[in-house]
Amino acid sequence: MADAAFLALSVITIGSAIAALELRSLVYGSIALMGTLGGIAGFFLLLDSPFVAMFQLAVYVGSIAVLILFTVMLVKRELIFKKIEDKRRKFVGIALMLVMMVALGAVILDSGIKQITTDEPAVDFREIGEDFLTYYWPALILMGLILSGAVTGALVLARRVDEENGQRVN
Amino acid sequence: MANELTEFVLVSVALLGIGIYGLSVKRNAIRMLFAIEIVINAANLNMVAFGRFLPHSGGQTLALFSIAIAAAEVAVGLSLIIVAYRMYHNIDIADFRSLKG
Repeated sequence: MADAAFLALSVITIGSAIAALELRSLVYGSIALMGTLGGIAGFFLLLDSPFVAMFQLAVYVGSIAVLILFTVMLVKRELIFKKIEDKRRKFVGIALMLVMMVALGAVILDSGIKQITTDEPAVDFREIGEDFLTYYWPALILMGLILSGAVTGALVLARRVDEENGQRVN
Repeated sequence: MANELTEFVLVSVALLGIGIYGLSVKRNAIRMLFAIEIVINAANLNMVAFGRFLPHSGGQTLALFSIAIAAAEVAVGLSLIIVAYRMYHNIDIADFRSLKG
C-alpha cells in the first residue's frame, strides 16, 4: 500500500504538471514545472536512489528551470499572458489523454508487474560509478561530446546578427 | 519497500498522458517544451522504478544519461525558440510557416 509521502508527492507532481500547462502566465507555469521536477526527485529518493535524485535537482531544478525562466523573460509581455490554443482541439486533447491513461493503466494493472516485489537492498551508487567507468565508458565520452556540441550550437544559434553590416555580434 | 512498483508506473502513466495532452493542444512553443520535459521525466521515473525493483544498476545509469541528454535538448530547443521569436516576433508555432512553402 502507498504511504503518505508517496501520496503527497504524487499529488504535488501531477498537480503542478497540470498547472505548468494550464496557468495563464508562463512565469508561473515555469515555476510549477519546477515543482514537477522536484517531485520527480522526491520519487527518486523514495526509490532509494539518492544519487539520481541529487543529479535531477542539480540539472533540472537548478539549471534547466532557470534557463526556461530567463527565456520566458526575453519574450514580450503580451505573449507571456496570452493563451494560444483552439477550443475544439482542447476537448480532443483531453479525450486523447483520458483514453491513453485508461488504456495504459488497464494494461499495467492487468499485467503481471503487481507481483514484482523486492526485499533486496538498493543498488549502491558505487556500482553506478563502476558501470560508468567500465561498461559504459564509450557512451560517457560520447555524452560529453554531445553536451559540449549542443551547448556550443545553442550559443551559435542564439547570437544576434548586426543589421547594418551583416556581421554577427554578441 | 513500502510502495509497490505498480504505483510508480501509474504515476508515470499519468504524467505521460498530461505531457501528450500538452503537446497536442498547446500552440505556444515554450509550453510545448514544458510538455516534452514532463514526458521525459515520466520515462526517467519508469526507468529508476524498474531498476529498483529488479534490482539492477542499469536503470539508474540509463536515467543519468537521459537527464544529461535532456539538458542538451532543452538548451538547443530554447535557442531555437529565441531565433524563431526574433524572426517572427511571436511564439505561436502556427506562425512558424517558412518551411511550409
